Amino acid sequence: MTAADTQAAGPPVPVPRVPEKTGTSPSKQETAGPRPKKRRKKGELLPYFLILPAILAIAAVYVYPLIKTVIMSFQDLGRAALWGNGETPWVGFEQFTNILGDPEFWSVVGRTVVFMTVCVVLTMGIGLLIALMMLRLSTWVRLVLTVALIAAWSMPLMVAASVFRWLSDSDYGLINTLLADLTGNEDRWLGHNWFLNPWQGFGIITLLVVWGAIPFVVITMYAALTQVPKELEEAASLDGASAFGVYRFVTWPVIKPVFTMVATLSVIWDFNVFGQIWLLRGNKPEPDYETLGLYSFSKAFESTSFSQGSAIALITVLMLSGVAVYYLRQLIKTGEVE
Amino acid sequence: MSASTPTNAPAQVLRPDRKRNRLGYNILALVTAAIMAFPVYWLIVSSLRPNHEIRSYDQTLWPSSLTFDNFARAVKQDNFATAIQSSLIVSVTAVVGGMIIATLAALAIGRFRFFGRKALMMIMILVQMLPPTAMLIPIYLQLNALGGIDEYWGLIVVYLVSTLPFATIMIRGFVINIPVELEESAMVDGCTRMGAFRRVIFPLLAPGLAAASIFALVNAWNEYLFAYILINDNSKYTLNVWLMTFTTERGTDYGALMAASTLISIPVVIFFMIIQGKMATGLTSGAVKG
Repeated sequence: MTAADTQAAGPPVPVPRVPEKTGTSPSKQETAGPRPKKRRKKGELLPYFLILPAILAIAAVYVYPLIKTVIMSFQDLGRAALWGNGETPWVGFEQFTNILGDPEFWSVVGRTVVFMTVCVVLTMGIGLLIALMMLRLSTWVRLVLTVALIAAWSMPLMVAASVFRWLSDSDYGLINTLLADLTGNEDRWLGHNWFLNPWQGFGIITLLVVWGAIPFVVITMYAALTQVPKELEEAASLDGASAFGVYRFVTWPVIKPVFTMVATLSVIWDFNVFGQIWLLRGNKPEPDYETLGLYSFSKAFESTSFSQGSAIALITVLMLSGVAVYYLRQLIKTGEVE
Repeated sequence: MSASTPTNAPAQVLRPDRKRNRLGYNILALVTAAIMAFPVYWLIVSSLRPNHEIRSYDQTLWPSSLTFDNFARAVKQDNFATAIQSSLIVSVTAVVGGMIIATLAALAIGRFRFFGRKALMMIMILVQMLPPTAMLIPIYLQLNALGGIDEYWGLIVVYLVSTLPFATIMIRGFVINIPVELEESAMVDGCTRMGAFRRVIFPLLAPGLAAASIFALVNAWNEYLFAYILINDNSKYTLNVWLMTFTTERGTDYGALMAASTLISIPVVIFFMIIQGKMATGLTSGAVKG
């Protein structure tokens, strides 16, 4: 759980390297030293043999399907064509013009973006606050909190979704019982169906997503916060900086790269949220609950219009590619891809 | 910003302040811990309480009595044994295969400089960001064409490859922390490259490999979407898909569902505790829980 632990495997989220504490971070100078020159000519083919299986596997399960997604979205792949007799007609951009001209698609995009934004803001905000709080705790309380976070983190998504479905059950759910007890308004809350109104339904889904994402954010951010030099913070507060000033001018600059990375990852994860919605809605989400992933899924597997589904998936990938490139550039900048 | 609000907290005054603050923070942290752990508590309690309390309009936080009836019902649910078998076959095979391929690739990336090395790493990071649904459609169609639907191997291939990128990046992290000099001195002392790997590198790499494989195992064990789409045969359901059979048209048997969920989570939680220190690392490669 210490920063040294998270460093061990060279995480794509960098823990900031502070010159005074070189002991905790295996810096690049040690690893990237004289090695390249020492490699003999003879060994030059060896690395290619070593990566060959990985490349084949990734090509088969990632690259090829991606190419196929692109191809399919320019075709019209009726289910009939699926079961044999070849010849799938090319339709050019027809799928895309259909999708982009469909108001339903745009409402799905809007829903996805709003949902993603709310989830990311809540996750990062609450996560950062808890991480900051962890610095100011007695050791045993910090341990208790860490155990609770790990327990929450280790719950399989499938199981967590079942628990949240059970908690928000309209007849026997705990949430309704508690609300009825707290407000004294039994008629209002007992038997209340949270998923009738998509806003309330998404409230429950957001709760599940944020709850599930907080442990990772807290633990990563806490590892970053422990790298902030104590002396600098003390010096700043001795010089008369307020608590907020210390945070703003000393702490934040050190943890900012990690925060940006985690936030970027959260954007990608929350944009792609699928399971939480799918499972809470009993594998058959109503149209009001469709985000881009579910929309593409239901087009492909419910309406068996695989081409439409592929085209929507492709649009999603294109939307996310900007974020992904930004993430990659951050990684390169911090020297993680060395 | 700090200049406008000068010196309202001089250092000397901070000490007693801090003690009082610490108590406040401690209480807040305990409340946070309770909230974060509550769904876990609710899972366990619901699986142990009698069914009449579960089907009650007045849920209580504490059970009146404990019973294993729910577990008995869960275990008697059709296909429990075959689901365990499927989950084990699929996840263990995928992890073993994935680890071998990932270790080879990690050694190459961590120990050699070769053309395309950076590109390979970037591809590995990027493919993990692809939305699962974008992969699901073409993979389903392809497996369908190859006769891989309802077969374990289809699922095994998918799991194997989906654990590959993060496992490679994680193991590479361990590889670059092993000094090259160790390997070289073994070779100077007469080891072959293979021998140097087997006698020197592998023992040092073992803890990292263990962490990576547990991580991959947990991932494969928890996966449900591909399992749901690629396996339609009841007797080949994995545990996660089997969980869905507790929900029928007549409603959900929550007591049994919670008991079954507890059973499925136990191995995950144990494994998770073992590697939790390295978890943050693996997760940042974007492989889990999106």
